[in-house]
Amino acid sequence: MKMTLICRILLPILLLAGLTACGPIEPWVKPYERDRLADPIMALDPDPVSTAYIHHVFEAREGSRGGEGSAGGGCGCN
Amino acid sequence: MNCRRTIIIACTLLFAAAGTAAAGVLPDDRADILYHLYDGGGVQIDGPSILVRKKVGKSVSFVANYYVDMVSSASIDVVTTASPYTEEREQMSLGMDYLRGNTTMSVSFTNSEESDFTANSYSFSVSQDMFGDLTTLTMAYSLGDDEVRRSDDDTFVREADRQFYSIGLTQIITRDLIMGLNVETITDEGFLNNPYRAVRYADGTNPVGYSYEAELYPNTRTSTAVGLRARYYLPYRAAIQGEYRFYTDTWGILSHTGAISYTHPWGPWTFTGKFRFYTQDQADFYNDLFSRSEATNFRARDKELSKYVSQDFRLQASYELFKDGWSFLDKGTVNLIYDQLLIDYDNFRDLTTGALVGEEPLYTLDAGVYQLFFSFWF
Repeated sequence: MKMTLICRILLPILLLAGLTACGPIEPWVKPYERDRLADPIMALDPDPVSTAYIHHVFEAREGSRGGEGSAGGGCGCN
Repeated sequence: MNCRRTIIIACTLLFAAAGTAAAGVLPDDRADILYHLYDGGGVQIDGPSILVRKKVGKSVSFVANYYVDMVSSASIDVVTTASPYTEEREQMSLGMDYLRGNTTMSVSFTNSEESDFTANSYSFSVSQDMFGDLTTLTMAYSLGDDEVRRSDDDTFVREADRQFYSIGLTQIITRDLIMGLNVETITDEGFLNNPYRAVRYADGTNPVGYSYEAELYPNTRTSTAVGLRARYYLPYRAAIQGEYRFYTDTWGILSHTGAISYTHPWGPWTFTGKFRFYTQDQADFYNDLFSRSEATNFRARDKELSKYVSQDFRLQASYELFKDGWSFLDKGTVNLIYDQLLIDYDNFRDLTTGALVGEEPLYTLDAGVYQLFFSFWF
């Protein structure tokens, strides 16, 4: 009984997960929905020269380093 | 001096990474001219930073940066163990991005020169846009070679090298929210001391109650930092950003960094306010006052390795100069940024007060950091 219940619930989920893994992932935010992300105020690092300088100021006075870099915006707005 | 080494690599990677802001497109052509001034704790550092980025064809972009620090120092370390000094550091970076499909490959080189220190670093990174450009994955590697000298000893030359591994993931979560995750590991090997810095130890034979001897650091260090950022678009056209970073290393330093910022456009103006909070534990071999000479295998009294809390308050104003373009320029901005930096040290004492040994007041640093820069897109 318990086995049947588990099979009924889990099997479709596993099957669906398996099918999703095989197919392409559909972007859940379409390109035409990215106007807000394309706004300059949403840039994670709009001023690279200033960012490099202030990282310099902090790293010269702190024991820590790294982990605050710019790893891309990825908004695909252009 | 060990700080400078990391900074140079960080700059190299930053410009490489800036080139991959969106892996499927090359960054815009732009020029930035910045003047910076740091003033606090008896230290004044100022100078220019100039960056130019230009595309050549449809798949290649070049970037160059020239940066100068002109230092005039009478810091707490200098006035207690040495004499005030002035020096200049020049840094030059060159980089190139190559775009192919949704992949951007970047290489860059940075050289930094001062009278007693030379550093070179070489960086390579790859960025890939995935899942309909919702995700950008960036992997970077950097190699640094340093030469440490002493201005008062021509025979003193030491080497150090450094390797830097980084993985970054930027993810669009919703049409209003974007997040970035960075994991960075840095390994150092070689002479990691500052050759001038000294530790103090209790010494009853000295009238002031203590004496100095040279610092001695381990020859290796490995650190790992994990940073997370999220930026959210508010309904009335403004943006709010939160940041957190966890850091740990083999010297025993553990730190937390948190920041929150708010950006608000108003006509041609854009205003930003930011608060950054930083706290760290001391390195295992740090001590403000050692019990005796050579009390431990490794020893440091560098306040950057002590335990402390730091707060930074920032105000930024940007003004758009010509929205509809002018001559060959598409647009431009003029920007003014002021940072107020406050650091309260938990176990680094101010020896200039002449108080009893070990009972001197704890040191605090209060500094102003100014940036004025022009940015042009063409």
